[in-house]
Formats: sequence, structure tokens, C-alpha cells
Amino acid sequence: MEKTTAANPTAKKLSLKEKYAQMTRGLGWETTYQPMDKVFDQVKFEGIRIHDWDKWEDPFRLTMDAYWKYQAEKERKLYAIIDAFQQNNGHLNVSDGRYINTLKLFLTGISPEEYSAHRMFAMLGRQFAGVGPQIAAQMQSIDELRHAQTQVHTISQYNKYFNGMHDFRHMHDRVWYLSVPKSYFEDAMTAGPFEGIVAISFSFEYVLTNLIFMPFMSAAAYNGDMATVTFGFSAQSDEARHMTLGIESIKFLLEQDPANVPIVQRWIDKWFWRGYRLLTLVSMMLDFMVPKKVMSWKEAWEIYFVQNGGSLFNDLGRYGIRMPKYWEQTVSAADRLSSEAWNTFYNYSAAANFNPWCPTEENMDWMSQKYPGTFDKYYRPRFEYYREQEQQGKRFYNTTLPMLCQCCQIPLVFSEPDDPTKTCYRESEYNGDKYHTCSDGCKDIFDHEPEKYVQSWLPVHQIYQGNCFEPGTDPTAPGFDPLAAVLKYYHFGPGDNMDYVGSPDEANWLKWKGLAKEDPTKKAA
Amino acid sequence: MSQVKSTVFLALQTNDDTRPIIEAIERDNPHAVVNRFPAMVKIDAPGRLVLRRETVEEIIGMDFDLQSFHINLVSLSGNIDETEDELVLEWKQ
Repeated sequence: MEKTTAANPTAKKLSLKEKYAQMTRGLGWETTYQPMDKVFDQVKFEGIRIHDWDKWEDPFRLTMDAYWKYQAEKERKLYAIIDAFQQNNGHLNVSDGRYINTLKLFLTGISPEEYSAHRMFAMLGRQFAGVGPQIAAQMQSIDELRHAQTQVHTISQYNKYFNGMHDFRHMHDRVWYLSVPKSYFEDAMTAGPFEGIVAISFSFEYVLTNLIFMPFMSAAAYNGDMATVTFGFSAQSDEARHMTLGIESIKFLLEQDPANVPIVQRWIDKWFWRGYRLLTLVSMMLDFMVPKKVMSWKEAWEIYFVQNGGSLFNDLGRYGIRMPKYWEQTVSAADRLSSEAWNTFYNYSAAANFNPWCPTEENMDWMSQKYPGTFDKYYRPRFEYYREQEQQGKRFYNTTLPMLCQCCQIPLVFSEPDDPTKTCYRESEYNGDKYHTCSDGCKDIFDHEPEKYVQSWLPVHQIYQGNCFEPGTDPTAPGFDPLAAVLKYYHFGPGDNMDYVGSPDEANWLKWKGLAKEDPTKKAA
Repeated sequence: MSQVKSTVFLALQTNDDTRPIIEAIERDNPHAVVNRFPAMVKIDAPGRLVLRRETVEEIIGMDFDLQSFHINLVSLSGNIDETEDELVLEWKQ
């Protein structure tokens, strides 16, 4: 069908396909005074074979002119809402003060990774030798920077009123559990360009990010957090394009050469497991941290991994790709993951940059209903015992630092796949030293590249080695308090850590909402 | 190999821009199921889902640039193919 324009009634407008072809091809060139292999020096060492870079095509056929047009519109929408949110004291409209703790996790654990992704895609855009993926990587690099900036900007309103969010970047590089997301992205960034794109674009964005952005953003909306829903959805509209880059990259790699298939399968196995471990934080956000709940972790995993991931891997079967190794373990552990994670943060609330709490009776009833096979049997008694101890003034704090997984860096707190009562740990030996991992998945990853993972910066090891104190600290001084010294190194101030109940955040929340039972000015300094 | 039935989905923000888009999808995909969550609509369809520009234009009574749905897009699944006339999501196997 022929199209015409007003200016020139006979001129044919380019179709989207033609426009994409015109604006994304022929932009590169064969170098003359340096060999191509030296200009793109990372495209061969991983063993991936590419015969024709032009076979890579963005199925959205997005060109730079359209990109800037739509991104500008997204920004205009977002900043109008941020203004309204700030002007109307939007932070007071969330369901409960506890909710803010999910934002503390988000700002310190997720937003800095948007920035890591920005760096990584800038590198990929430089390293890929084809113009199509260069442009897609460039757009994504700009997107990720936008995400980091808009998240920091939006959450800054909460930072004015609540603890734990100042110094988010400093904390991200130091606080024990934040090494989990930090090391995940650094692992991807220090891999080759093809592993990097399979790690982040495919395994993380396409297979797993729905678990963060769909149920969590929906929960943010349900809990009255207008700001987070808005930056979340603004980011997510880019995310859908990143997911598309993910599936397109996989298909491109698999179609280019059959020799690529086993290499890509190994990366899928590795990065699915790494990503699944990273999402542990999301499981407890959904099940314990959002006061008004949208869906359980198990329901989300069923929809977004079992059904959606199942459809995806059915489709990729035509290339000889199978479901990621150990996916069955993620399904059997869905009944336990969030309880095991929340229990850990309850234990270590002294060293977290947010304020955990013992689950309310209402939350526990909801958990019993969502997890009928496990919650009442294994976890409810434990939380009830904690509550009883609290009521007697004997709140239990774990003061012994846990053993961390050499690969995912999460404490060894997960149970055996076939036994919820037994802690799972695996052991490997490399160059005469023993290394510990939390699961079969992490052990396989370690065993395949021990020379990489022996270098892991494990916060617990670093604390015990004396590397997590401010300069000038003397650990031999009389009365030295190592925990206080570590918290100082983390830049934790009063109220950043410890329990929600009795925290300055709680006292302020009750005061601002007119819910305080006694004179709140005495508590809320 | 997983035994699940292959389903594609498209998720959009709940707002006035997406109402005609959702209506167009419902018209053109009788097999699709529309799930409404807080702030978000997720449309599931076994095998294949299509969004057609012409159907949206019929509903809103004016021109519609199909690419503008990106502004309100939340997530999707399936193999993607977009032209100026339609967006198709499908599993090939």
C-alpha cells in the first residue's frame, strides 16, 4: 500500500523496515590502517563464531530519531509526576512506614546496578563489530543511566524524611549484603562481550526482570507509592526493549553457528542461577516487606518463570537449547525462599541499612495461606518464637558473622533441595584451598572458573581481615567494638539500622499520621 | 523440556492512552485473556497476539502511530515483529 505525505503527495514514505535498514546499516566501515581484529579485540576469545553481523536486527526497528522522541516524552511525564508527588507530600500516602524499607533496598541494591549496566552497555556498544547491536547497546547504555538518575531523583523525596538512604552509593560498595548485586554485575562486566549480553540482556532482562518490575511495581501502586510506580514504569518501558535485545541476541548467536550452542547453554545455566539467587531479595519484598500484598513470590515465580520461561525455552528448543540447569530446584524452593531470606535479615538487623521486623500475625496468616505446605511447619514456629523473645525483652540478634557463598556471596542460609530442615552447603578445592558455595548451581559456576571466583571480595572475610574499618582505626585498643567500627565504615547513623519497632522512622510515621499513642516528640528526635 | 502451554503476553500501564489499545487487542484476539492488576494490565494469549494499528484507529477515530505504544509498555514475551501496521508476539514452537 502506497503512502503519501502532505508536502509531496507523490513521495513514498519509508516503511519502518526500510527506515531501519537505511538508518542502521552502512554506518560502520572496514578499517584500513589497523586490522579489524585489533579494533574489535574482544569478539573472538570467547569462542563465539559470527559470520554476518547484519543478520542482527532489532524487531522493534527503533531508530535514533524515534528513540529520542519517545524518551523525551517519557521524561516529561515522569518529571511532572515527581513535582506533584513532592508538592503534595506524597511520601505520607503510602500504606505504612514499613513500606519505605523496600525503597531503601531498591535505592542501595538496584539503582547502583542500573549505573553498572550503563557502564557495561557502553562497553558492549564499543566491542560489538556490527552496527545493529552497537546501536541497540548504545540506546540501552543511555537508558540505564536515565534509570539510575530518575530513581535517585525520585527516591530523594523519601530520603528527606526517612533513614537509611543517604550515602546509598557508599553503602552499595561496602555493606555486606549489597555485595550480592554488586558482584553480580561486576561478574557480568568482567566477562567477554557475548557472555555479558547473554548474562544481562537475556538471562536477567528477558528471563528474570519481570519478577522485579511487574509484581513489585504493582505492589508499589497498591501501597500508594505514586513516585515508585512512576519511575518504575518509566524504566520498564525501556526494559521491554532491553528484553527484546535479549531474545534477539540469543537467536542471533544460535543462528550464526551451531558451535555457539553449547557455549550459550553454559552461560544460560550460569546466569539463570546467578540471577535467581539475586532475586532472593525480591522474594522477601513481596512476601514480608510490602504491607498490602499483590501476589506471593511463589505465584510470581509460577507466572513469570515456570509459565513464561517455560514457553521461552520450548521455543528455543528448535536451536537445541534446554531449560536452565537446576530450574527444578528453584520451583521446589519457592515454598521456602522468602522465609529463609527474611529470617536472615531479622537475625542481622544490626548490620542492615533498613529496619526489619518480626512478621505481624496478619502477615503470618497470609503466608500460611500462600505456603500451606511449609510455612506453618517450618517457619511460623520460628517467627513466633522470635516474637515471644521480643515480648520478654530478649530480642535475638545474631552476632556471629555468617559464612558466605564464594559465588553469589549470599550467606549459606538456604536449605537442601530435598530437605527444608538442613542447611545446604557445597565444598570445592582449588590450589590446595577450600571454598564454600550455597548450592549445586553456585558450585558448578565456581568449579568452571575458579581462577575468577577465588578473587571474590567477600564482606565477611574482609571484616575478619580488618579491611572494613575507617582509616586510623586501632582494633587492638582497649574496649574496641568491631561491630560499631564496621557500621562507622558503612556510614550508618542512628536509625539507619536495627528494628522497625522503636525506630525513629516508626516514631515519625506515627507522629505524622496522627497515630502516636504517647507524646511522640520524646521518641522522634 | 517444559510441558507448559506456550503463552505470549503484553503488559501495559493502566491509563487513558492504553484503553483503546487494550480494546483493539481484545477485538483482534478473541483467545486473549485480559488480567487487570493495580496500575497494570497484562494480556495473555496462547501462541500468538497481534496489535493492529487500523483497529486502534477505528476505535479512536483518528490516526495512531503504532510505535507510540512504547511509552506505556510494561513488559512482553514471545518473538517480536513490529511494522507500522502491526505488532506481533508469537512463539514459533
